[in-house]
Amino acid sequence: MAGIKTQILFSSFEPGNALKLAILKTGPEIIEEIKNSKLRGRGGAGFPTGVKWDLVHSAQGDEKYIICNADEGEPGTFKDRILLTDHPKKIFEGMAIAAFAVGAKHAIIYLRAEYRYLVPGLVQAISEMESARLLGNNILGTGFSLSVEIHLGAGAYVCGEETALIESLEGKRGEARNKPPYPTKKGYMDCPSVVNNVETFCYVPYILTNGADWFREYGTLESTGSKLFSISGDVAKPGVYELEMGTTVNQVLKMVGAQNTKAVQVGGASGICVANKDFDKPLAFEALPPGGSIIVFNKSRDMLEVLSNFMEFFVEESCGQCTPCREGTFRLLEGVKLMQEGRCSINYLKTLRELGETMRVACKCGLGQMAPNAFLSIIDNFKGEILARDRVEINGKQTHSI
Amino acid sequence: MTLESSNKIIAAGIKETTEKYGCKKEKLLQILEDLNKEFGYLSEFVLLEVSKNLDMPHSQIYGVASFYSFLNTQPKGKYIVRLCKTISCSLAGKKKIANALENELGIRFGETTPDGKFSLMFTNCIGMCNQGPAMLINDDVYYNLDPEKAVEIIESYE
Repeated sequence: MAGIKTQILFSSFEPGNALKLAILKTGPEIIEEIKNSKLRGRGGAGFPTGVKWDLVHSAQGDEKYIICNADEGEPGTFKDRILLTDHPKKIFEGMAIAAFAVGAKHAIIYLRAEYRYLVPGLVQAISEMESARLLGNNILGTGFSLSVEIHLGAGAYVCGEETALIESLEGKRGEARNKPPYPTKKGYMDCPSVVNNVETFCYVPYILTNGADWFREYGTLESTGSKLFSISGDVAKPGVYELEMGTTVNQVLKMVGAQNTKAVQVGGASGICVANKDFDKPLAFEALPPGGSIIVFNKSRDMLEVLSNFMEFFVEESCGQCTPCREGTFRLLEGVKLMQEGRCSINYLKTLRELGETMRVACKCGLGQMAPNAFLSIIDNFKGEILARDRVEINGKQTHSI
Repeated sequence: MTLESSNKIIAAGIKETTEKYGCKKEKLLQILEDLNKEFGYLSEFVLLEVSKNLDMPHSQIYGVASFYSFLNTQPKGKYIVRLCKTISCSLAGKKKIANALENELGIRFGETTPDGKFSLMFTNCIGMCNQGPAMLINDDVYYNLDPEKAVEIIESYE
């Protein structure tokens, strides 16, 4: 069973070493290595990184772009902030390797506005790497050049969705595009684009240096390597932890000193809520998809209050272009309020459940498709608690269930 | 100075900003961010000027300006206090900080102080979940807040 092995991302790192190995290979050789490592996107969706690069490599386009998604907005997630603050060179080296592999000359890092204070550090890292000939013109004397631009967001959670992010990069409203075509074919300025999470890029130099076989020794068959987890809530030691894929919820709770735990939210507001009976499940794409955030609730917490916080978040952050998401999130929040007042009948609860299921298939982008996750899992896990609520009186008058 | 001539000067400044980005439509967001910083908010006048400079419909530009929560289409205070209200900060006691801020500034959330110094707002997750409650004042981040500390921070801006 997977435990907590030596760490990868926080192990020693010499800027440039991996890039020096990469430029001795061809693009397809690098992509093959990444494919063999079975590295999957660390932003939450878990798409195989090597496959993505391969699609961009083989796509036709005047220009190709490498885009780093640093729009970390998922509630409870702060792992990318740590990487952007303390390990920016790993990110840029990963981006440079990706650019070399797919044949891109431009890279953009899309940084959320809330992290504007990280810009000076990133600018410094870029300029140091340029001086060391690891970025910029004629990298390591090979004739390969890569410009890196920092693009600031302006406060919109939906821009973490890759096509919304690209729209925002192009100066538009951050509204998700129809897919296909995927960004690998038509991304930024309609050119083939690799969009990867900050953490995904950070693994790339380590895989190049130590090999795909070494990386696969960590984690499970489907989810190789390790993963950063931002842990917050009712725990003694909150923070960012690097854990091997496949670590169970119980192992995590023990490690961070969580006591009297009632529920654990895995993957932020768009993730799922796990109750006691599932604490032995592993954090891996095939079991509990690990977004990067773990929020722990102890027995004193009211799960409806938690759920109402999540649903308010989605109502505010829904971009509003598709009806299932715009109206669905609103109705689910309304339902949660009814439950808090003890006025939600079992019939209406069923209707809301169906609405949630519909949103999962009918919403245009990941935001809406994931928005009902917390709702559905909290309803299922804590049904008794929800239905047993006292009915409120309004202005001294009895109220009715809906 | 007459209103007309002062408008001309402002318009020239806006033109300079858009030209800095080569009057490229795909740079609209950066242009608006710069102007938002310069003027504190994006007035109709500013948006109309940008629309002229980029040769884009005003409605489209307003659409972008109103989409993002860090761009203001209404006047705001010099310092915008954004208290995180998302789950982890909420568990960590955001409510008490909110009360302290309201009492200190004498305004409710969503309002601006009469002297135009502070605006008080809630914001969604700012990625300080392990050190909540947390808030942003313009671009600076403050965390591990307690009511007393929050008030001290506000006072350091006066």
